[in-house]
Amino acid sequence: MPEKNEDIRIGVFLCHCGSNIAGYLNMEELADFAENLPHVAFVQRNLYTCSEGGINEIKKGIAEQNLNRVVVASCTPRTHEPLFRSSCGEAGLNPYLFEMVNIRDQCSWVHMKEQEDGTSKAKDLIRMGVAKAALLEPQEVIMSEVQVRALVIGGGISGMTAALALANRGYEVVLVEKDAALGGMLNRLNRLGPTMTQASELAGEKARAVTGHPNITVFTDGRVANVQGFIGKYTVDIETESGVKKADIGVIIVATGARAFVPDGLYRYDGKRVVTQLEMETLLKDGLRPDIKNVVMIQCVGSRNEERPYCSRICCQTAVKNAMLIREQSPDAKISILYRDMQMYGVENEEMFRDSKAGGVRYMNYDPERPPRVEPDRVRVYHALLGREMELPADLVVLSTPLVAQEDAEDTSRLLRVPVDENGFFLEGHVKLKPLDFATDGVFLCGSARFPANIREAVAQGLGAASRASIPLSKGSVVVEPIISVLADEDACRGCGLCVALCPYGALEIQHTEKGRKVHVIDVACKGCGVCAATCYRHALSINSYTDGQIRSQVEAFLG
Amino acid sequence: MLDVGRHPNISLLAYSEVETVEGQAGNFRITVRRKARYVNEDRCTGCGACAEKCPTIVPDAFNEGLGNRRAIYSYFAQGIPSTHTIDADHCRQLNGKKCGICAKTCQAEAIDFEQKDRIVELDVGAIIIAAGYDVFDPYRIPEYRYREIPNVVTAIEFERLLSASGPTGGHMDRPSDRAVEADIAELEKNVTKSWKVLAKLEEKYGESSAAFYEKYQAGAFPDDEDRKKWADKYAAHLAAAEPLEALKQKAAGFTVAKRLAFIQCVGSRDFRFYPFCSGYCCMHSIKEAIIAHEHEPETTSTIFGMDIRAVGKGFEEYKIRGGNHSNITYVRGRVAEIVEGPDNNPVVIYEDTRERKVKRQEFDMVILATACAPSKGIAALAKTLGVELDTYNFIKTSPLSPVDTTAPGIFVCGCAESPMDVPESVAQGSSAAERAAEIAFQPDLEKEKAVA
Repeated sequence: MPEKNEDIRIGVFLCHCGSNIAGYLNMEELADFAENLPHVAFVQRNLYTCSEGGINEIKKGIAEQNLNRVVVASCTPRTHEPLFRSSCGEAGLNPYLFEMVNIRDQCSWVHMKEQEDGTSKAKDLIRMGVAKAALLEPQEVIMSEVQVRALVIGGGISGMTAALALANRGYEVVLVEKDAALGGMLNRLNRLGPTMTQASELAGEKARAVTGHPNITVFTDGRVANVQGFIGKYTVDIETESGVKKADIGVIIVATGARAFVPDGLYRYDGKRVVTQLEMETLLKDGLRPDIKNVVMIQCVGSRNEERPYCSRICCQTAVKNAMLIREQSPDAKISILYRDMQMYGVENEEMFRDSKAGGVRYMNYDPERPPRVEPDRVRVYHALLGREMELPADLVVLSTPLVAQEDAEDTSRLLRVPVDENGFFLEGHVKLKPLDFATDGVFLCGSARFPANIREAVAQGLGAASRASIPLSKGSVVVEPIISVLADEDACRGCGLCVALCPYGALEIQHTEKGRKVHVIDVACKGCGVCAATCYRHALSINSYTDGQIRSQVEAFLG
Repeated sequence: MLDVGRHPNISLLAYSEVETVEGQAGNFRITVRRKARYVNEDRCTGCGACAEKCPTIVPDAFNEGLGNRRAIYSYFAQGIPSTHTIDADHCRQLNGKKCGICAKTCQAEAIDFEQKDRIVELDVGAIIIAAGYDVFDPYRIPEYRYREIPNVVTAIEFERLLSASGPTGGHMDRPSDRAVEADIAELEKNVTKSWKVLAKLEEKYGESSAAFYEKYQAGAFPDDEDRKKWADKYAAHLAAAEPLEALKQKAAGFTVAKRLAFIQCVGSRDFRFYPFCSGYCCMHSIKEAIIAHEHEPETTSTIFGMDIRAVGKGFEEYKIRGGNHSNITYVRGRVAEIVEGPDNNPVVIYEDTRERKVKRQEFDMVILATACAPSKGIAALAKTLGVELDTYNFIKTSPLSPVDTTAPGIFVCGCAESPMDVPESVAQGSSAAERAAEIAFQPDLEKEKAVA
């Protein structure tokens, strides 16, 4: 609330936006209207309030008219609020004593043919903005230091890539791997498509670089047991055989990978004559038995079905690669790949697909309604394109099973307060625009923990996650707009925790205080979305610059 | 875009091209040609008053030529920077004619007809290529008769038709119908004009043109020059008015396109053009079909493809949802030919490979999922930068260093590297930024990194 003896002096600047606003609304009428609103001490019309001239007028108004609140009625805050705020700041006014009213996008542009009604609506909008401005309070930008150290969870290809990238930039990295050795899934693979690089060579090379890097501390056989804190200030417990180590961490990268689905009970899977593609990698590594002449591969085993509706992205390319490697070891082997759609997206995959066809690998389309049947020495399949039953002799049947989420993904999710999707993979902040960030600041994501990825993709994502994570590290601090949630009425809070459960950003926690259980807002983690304040039935929480009082005054102003 | 435009650490040099690059990783010197816009960037507020008044109408490249813009324009409504540009090829003033209306209109005094190209020099530590791709021109596939059959459009053209800010305001009006409507407008303009002339004559002689014309044709006014002119005018008027009526009747029956065909792999997975898979087209066809159905619930779509490659996160689920809720039918088969049927309806001829039958099916509109073609300018850019290209003219990388080009300190992301969808491009943008940062922010190299 403004101090009682403070004289509120509001300056209203009405932007013509060339003719974007002035061409459709009666600006003179708006100016007269604004002058008569409570607390308004100064009204000015500008051709472009955002131009240098317009900005100078705001500054002049603050200096000469002793304005202590500024309202600009113009375009959208998305583009121009930062400019107007900082201009107020430059003129010595707290930037949060500024209010913006959108009379262009939400008014003149949508009421181009209704000048009278449009002007009347603009009046409502301005009246509401002025009413709120009178109740605005100064706010200070929130700054919190960042511990310049990253935690990477998972020592597979994407995790190692991310760790090395950050370490090369000069940041300290703690890498926790649950297995005894670094390498992750790479350790179980034979060669990598499309270049047919030895997976073990790549794993060894990366692992040596990681362990030899002065900026990286590696914990193998390790487990992240506890995570406390928020962006810039995490305290992490790492459990190893030699006890629990504590680490102060600024940012966290989740690179926990995925595991291959084991098709127990499907297609007579036995791990010997009927194997998975992952087991096929081992067979190829050890050298294929020479009596294996007929190989049948079946795609989409355990995926693209009701239980697991997703396409696991990388199984088709794995099958094609392994088919080619079988032909390399046993040139007269007959290989048939039974597929639904061959998912050889992109340049390299399609190239490999064509090469395999030229190399004699046969492809047969099957219908999921009539799936192949594996018999002791053969596979029967209804060829959906030829329209007839085929009988394929088979010394070895290879099942292409999807990558599925790690068994402990749920635990990691709870530990870091980040979500997983319906398939158990980690859910990024935005599927299109923030593929490597979580909604929660300070936690990032890469590799098959997000969704099945091949080597090229896992490396690219490892680099990308490192890039995202390096932003707070390089700044050394996080600066947050103070439009966040605050515990405005501590006595009202009963510590019920409803808001904590609903906060999408992990920005709330219950603390035990002298007055009992109370919610505490982690200000740097809060995005000011308002879910908590809207939820709190005790009205204990409030959002800065969107307080109940301010919004009520806007509503009352609207109702007149 | 907005974030880029607003970021204090980014100097955005739009409408500019890199001309020369010297030096090595950590220490490049680049010259950039900033092409003349004939508009002062510092003054222009992007208000658009100039474009409203500009008298010169030019087909709008952003709307795939489906709409018009003026000779002074911003590339599209939300473009960053919002600075307008004068199209020197079409501007009257720049072509020696009298005009200058924009300069008179502009209250910010931003118009500068004397502006010249400027060369700026930049010192940078690392370079990222994010030059994108071109849309394959399906005109090269004769059997699909693109441009010949008006209602065969590309996916990007269809995208503009679906857009609320596009040339049809988001209605799926067929190009053939829009052409008829444009003809009607043109004829109507002529007819209105001739009516005015006729009205004057009717007043002068005190009888209707029709009545007069009947007498005239019967030979009533043999040597009257004035009446001959009237008769000629009326004849010309009838010649325009009759087809106008016919067109109007035809147009009365127009409805939005409701039966849509999407044809996959147009130029991709095709040995004549690009043998690779463009990766994202299956998904954009499904997306466009779903949105079309949202706009018009009676819409049915058929997607013709060899494999439907819904390989990303949530994609297969999206594909199934499209089938269940948006009237999409997926047909496995490559379309052989498109011919034109009655009412400008394209007819698709294909083999349904699951039924092993050649079929014909009539649609209101056909949408071609065109290939992701390497950008035309990329070879020149690659030469300037000294980076190698792959066999197709994408920037060459290796699977283990997915954003490193063959030249140290120069990185690549997005479709300049190979076809990819939005999430992958966004992720790769970060990957390239990481690699660039490793070079640009070496403790011993204090170099500014600029993004052009």
